[in-house]
Amino acid sequence: MSQQETEHKSEWPLWEVFIRSKAGLDHKHVGSLHAADAQMAIENARDVYTRRMEGVSIWVVESKYLHTSDPDESASMYEPANDKIYRHPTFYNLPDELKHM
Amino acid sequence: MTVHSFEENFEEKLEKDIAIEPRDWMPDTYRKTLIRQISQHAHSEIVGMLPEGNWITRAPSLRRKAVLLAKVQDEAGHGLYLYSAAETLGISRDELYDQLHSGKAKYSSIFNYPTLTWADMGAIGWLVDGAAIMNQVPLCRTSYGPYARAMVRVCKEESFHQRQGFEIMLTLSKGTAVQKKMAQDALNRWWWPSIMMFGPPDDNSPHTEQSMHWKIKRFTNDELRQKFIDVTVEQAKILGLSVPDADLKWNEARGHYDYGKIDWDEFWNVVKGNGPCNKERLETRRKAWEGGEWVREAAAAYSEKRKQRSRQEAA
Repeated sequence: MSQQETEHKSEWPLWEVFIRSKAGLDHKHVGSLHAADAQMAIENARDVYTRRMEGVSIWVVESKYLHTSDPDESASMYEPANDKIYRHPTFYNLPDELKHM
Repeated sequence: MTVHSFEENFEEKLEKDIAIEPRDWMPDTYRKTLIRQISQHAHSEIVGMLPEGNWITRAPSLRRKAVLLAKVQDEAGHGLYLYSAAETLGISRDELYDQLHSGKAKYSSIFNYPTLTWADMGAIGWLVDGAAIMNQVPLCRTSYGPYARAMVRVCKEESFHQRQGFEIMLTLSKGTAVQKKMAQDALNRWWWPSIMMFGPPDDNSPHTEQSMHWKIKRFTNDELRQKFIDVTVEQAKILGLSVPDADLKWNEARGHYDYGKIDWDEFWNVVKGNGPCNKERLETRRKAWEGGEWVREAAAAYSEKRKQRSRQEAA
């Protein structure tokens, strides 16, 4: 075990917190916190992130389980969508007299 | 990409006000400076709970007590938002705490002054939180994404802190002669340390230029200090209290208040650890950390036990 690991052996794991601000809306990432387990993470998230009724539902996930895209590959990753403006409704030329479309 | 183009890419983002996010390439010096700045800020929130915590049990009414408790709780929350933001730069929470407890990291010097009377709760909310807000609002647009997002939440919550402080000052200054005197005394003691909160004057602030370029600082120390003084002097008039600076005078030509000489020797002396409460504050934090060790261990052991039990049940 490395020095670093020995030193931080007792540190509680890091959790990412997602909050639904009201029914009907998506859960949104709000930040992170440390907790010994999921139950404590939810309770801590309530105290840290919803002191002013900011939420009606909380999700927590241990940060190490989060997989993310590589920002250095953004250019090639999102390239396929760049030249497909015909996916947007404004691409199409239609007469002004056309209504309700 | 070569190192050179990584750097160009970073500079281009800064230029275009595109936020830098945790996994983006950034210069080492940017990372280090941010860790120092964000952690100092986090430590300030945490140590900042102590001067006010001193008065929670002695608040003059249940209303004041509930408010003060909520404010101190917010400060704990703000410290946690900021520690999380600092951790995204690759430093662990334990390292951050260790830097505070060993005295390696600094926190705002203002919290090394004692809170002698109830009026200090008013003066801190009005002046200290007022100065903090002045500092923090521009940081909502800082270049590092997690820091900016934390600051948005902090600023939203801070506004009640200043208003409750002003309300305490207003109540005292409209009260009995003794109460008004208490409010004036608090203003006398907190004024100068508050305007020192913006840091050393620009000509003696070596990091300002680099930090402004990185957009982790959006105004200079003196700009923010002047803005704070201009706003606060007017507020003192509403309280009917006098700001303890004989040289304070409206300067028509500048469109600002001129103010007296700041005692920077005092400032540096407190930064170096010789303020009235430096030792006490750090000792309190260390004691809290050490005293909480068994709780941290017990929670970790409990979590481990539950994990094992659910593994056994699954088997």
